[in-house]
Amino acid sequence: MKSKPVLTILHRLAILAYVVFALFPLFWLLKVSVTPNDLLYSEGVRMWPSRTSFDHYAFVIAHSAFPTFFKNSLIVAGSTAVTVTILASLAGYALSRFNFKAKYWIVALMLITQMFPLVMLVAPIFKMLSPLGLTNSLTGLVIVYTAFNVPFATFLMQSFFDGIPKDLEEAAMIDGATQFVAFRQIILPLTLPGIAATLGFVFTAAWSELLFALMLISGNDSSTFPVGLLTFVSKFSVDFGQMMAAGVLALIPACLFFLLIQRYLVQGLTAGAVKG
Amino acid sequence: MTLAAHSHAAKPLRKRIADASEPYLYSAPALILIIGVMLVPLVLGISYAFRDIQLLNPFSGGFIGLDHFRALGQDQAFFRALRNTLWWTGASVFLQFIFGLILALLLDKPFAGRGLVQALVFLPWAVPSFLAGLNWAWLFNPVIGPLPHWLHALGLLDAPNNILSDPQLAMWGPIAANVWWGIPFFAITLLAALQAIPRDLYEAASIDGAGPVQRFLSITLPFLAPTIAITILLRTVWISNFADLIVVMTNGGPADRTQIVASYIFTQAFKRLDFGYASAIALVLLVLLLVYSLLIVLLRQTMLNKG
Repeated sequence: MKSKPVLTILHRLAILAYVVFALFPLFWLLKVSVTPNDLLYSEGVRMWPSRTSFDHYAFVIAHSAFPTFFKNSLIVAGSTAVTVTILASLAGYALSRFNFKAKYWIVALMLITQMFPLVMLVAPIFKMLSPLGLTNSLTGLVIVYTAFNVPFATFLMQSFFDGIPKDLEEAAMIDGATQFVAFRQIILPLTLPGIAATLGFVFTAAWSELLFALMLISGNDSSTFPVGLLTFVSKFSVDFGQMMAAGVLALIPACLFFLLIQRYLVQGLTAGAVKG
Repeated sequence: MTLAAHSHAAKPLRKRIADASEPYLYSAPALILIIGVMLVPLVLGISYAFRDIQLLNPFSGGFIGLDHFRALGQDQAFFRALRNTLWWTGASVFLQFIFGLILALLLDKPFAGRGLVQALVFLPWAVPSFLAGLNWAWLFNPVIGPLPHWLHALGLLDAPNNILSDPQLAMWGPIAANVWWGIPFFAITLLAALQAIPRDLYEAASIDGAGPVQRFLSITLPFLAPTIAITILLRTVWISNFADLIVVMTNGGPADRTQIVASYIFTQAFKRLDFGYASAIALVLLVLLLVYSLLIVLLRQTMLNKG
């Protein structure tokens, strides 16, 4: 198909408009975070300040509680991602390779958990975790986030296992290996891209979660990044430079994971669409 | 001799039990967690709706029947939140879908640098929702952000004020943030569906003399229709429950003008610590969503029967 030059130019311009729209808010975040305080108000709408400085970053890293929040969020998101991926690999493997009576009910249960509003659970989960000493604790958050993310991750892992031929384990089992050994030594290494994608999805979800963290965490010591940043905003809402520097720092891990998994996104969905 | 025969007969049985229980062993850890942390709280939450549960009041906890629901019937803030939910969900889903579809169509054409462009335009999707909310709240802040000044220069605002504190306009703030944040989701899903359309169909159509508009209407749209329908339906439910941006950007204000049902539930539980009332609102929301889903299923059924 030949396309006319006018159409090509329009196409590129439209693409450019989308790129600008997608990146502009993030660019602004970066811009304010490197603007020195004395220029913040005088050069309000300029596209780039006449002088830049990394003072806000230095302050946030050296004199604020943000490194603690950052560490807490890393611990919570990292532990959640690893735990979910292990549980979801096991459950996804069961759904992919076995035919058993309760399979239909397990799938139904997992689908139901994707339907109802999670905000319903804010109050009861607080009431349940409080006597166990799991409020205001990172462990409590990891447990809650793991449960929330396991259903989707299980379906994701199942679709990756479905893509691997059954003959591989069958051959190993004829050679005397148990199914679990075949799963661990043959199938899991083949699903590494799928495992990476699941880790990325769950990490980003846990890194971003706000409402349950706000409800369950109250002390500074165990605040995750969203809670810490919101507390900071409501207390010192004039330190824009520092808040945005903290915001840029919070963005880094999420964007890194996104860049790692983004090429699987469209590919994975396309494969699924063709298959289905 | 008998002993040996006995153990020989028992082994397959033990193995059979082991085989039968194997899938359950694989799925048990995930299931226990889902039941303990999602299903039990769900049932507990439904029971709270009929009890007087206030976190700071040690004498609360008694069964009060339908009192919460009677209070809810008189609660003007709740009805306003219901109307706001419709407005918030409708506008967000519509704009996300339109812009997502256009983006998917643009990206479906091969061009140099497509991979990079794709990574850049999908980036907002990776931004944590609380940060997307803060980021847009800052953009709308006349002290630090450019948007009020630009809107004023375009004549859309009388003065460069923060629309988030204007009761008439405040809802557009979270909607703008939500559209920015949600376009990639629609674009990714629709792009995947677009790429699954067989290319030879287009070639055959253009040989037969069909123009681009005709090709779009008679090939692209029918192929996309199922994906569009499912994505919009699921997204509608998801966005009507999505309170993060509102909690971060306006906290439901000014004067409850941006309060949606989900953020109202959260405010009741988090600020007023009235778990009973929060659970009663949540139960109403759950019933409304169930009715919506049932209507969808019925609609699909009638459409399938017609087809």
